[in-house]
Amino acid sequence: MSKFSKKKKGMPAINTASLPDIVFMLLFFFMVATTMRETSVMVTNKMPTATEVKKLEDKRLVSTIYVGESLDKGKDGDGDKIQLNDKIASVSDVRNFIFAKRADISDDEVDYMTTLIKADEKSSVGTINDIKKELREINALKVTYSTNIGVENE
Amino acid sequence: MARRDTPEINAGSMADIAFLLLIFFLVTTTMDIDAGISRRLPEKQPPNAPPPPIIKEKNVFEVFVNKNDDLLIENEYHKIKDIKQMAMDFIDNGGGLGNPMPNETEKKECTWCKGAKDPTSSDHPNKAVILLKTDRSTQYGTFIQVQNELGRAYTTLRNQLAKEMYGETYTEMVNKLSKDKGNESLKTKIDAIKSMYPEIISEQEAN
Repeated sequence: MSKFSKKKKGMPAINTASLPDIVFMLLFFFMVATTMRETSVMVTNKMPTATEVKKLEDKRLVSTIYVGESLDKGKDGDGDKIQLNDKIASVSDVRNFIFAKRADISDDEVDYMTTLIKADEKSSVGTINDIKKELREINALKVTYSTNIGVENE
Repeated sequence: MARRDTPEINAGSMADIAFLLLIFFLVTTTMDIDAGISRRLPEKQPPNAPPPPIIKEKNVFEVFVNKNDDLLIENEYHKIKDIKQMAMDFIDNGGGLGNPMPNETEKKECTWCKGAKDPTSSDHPNKAVILLKTDRSTQYGTFIQVQNELGRAYTTLRNQLAKEMYGETYTEMVNKLSKDKGNESLKTKIDAIKSMYPEIISEQEAN
């Protein structure tokens, strides 16, 4: 009798020895496939969609300017705002922003630097034109209008 | 001789540590790749620069987006989907002599154009200028849509030409080059296509 009654009841424990391996695999995937978020966006940022897009390869050579309405209207007021790094700035600050970016880049690569304008689709072209005028003054001529990548439908 | 085994390290919390790291990376990183429409701004002119050469009216294709986001092509109302075909007809017209091609000195006709050869439209793809005028309060989204359509017009023409000359489309060639950076012969081909249909888009603010 005792031979049979000794048998334990209940489920055997699942072996979790390989769990760390699985999680590490996921971790490495995310480390490789993603990039660090550098700034938190403080303006509305619903980008338009386009099909004729070019991907920007070297993040180092890209300076990003955000344009849109402020998310904190009580503090910044209405209308299109320009965000440089982590704060809302005015058009005249664009110059120093680009110069600061250039300082980190070696001289022979300055010509390859691109300014990425990430503007909300509701913002007005006038604001963008002001930025472009400023960029022209300091000879930062390569500009990319940031968009989502759309699918072509003929 | 009592041999003591080193006690086994408990690895049970390894998963917890890995999860912690994983969640940290999930929160602080982004996956989006930056992409967009690339344009080159015109260079700043010195104050004593000679006035720019006058461009003939027929070589300019004027697209104007007014403050209500209406589209006017050559002063007529049109829909956004019409731009591509109209721009292609204009660029590909080939009604006269163009500027000399690179490494050439003579002005020649456009031998690869399939357009109507209308003398009142553009002379040559390298003379055809697209003037994109916007109002200050035009919406950026509309502006991008128009830019995109103009870009598509050029890409379609380049694709057609590349297919005829090299048997594959321009887009395919560009994709191939981005995978195989050092391919000089492919780069020469792409540059040739680019010089035959150069993208000349001038952005201007109407006042």
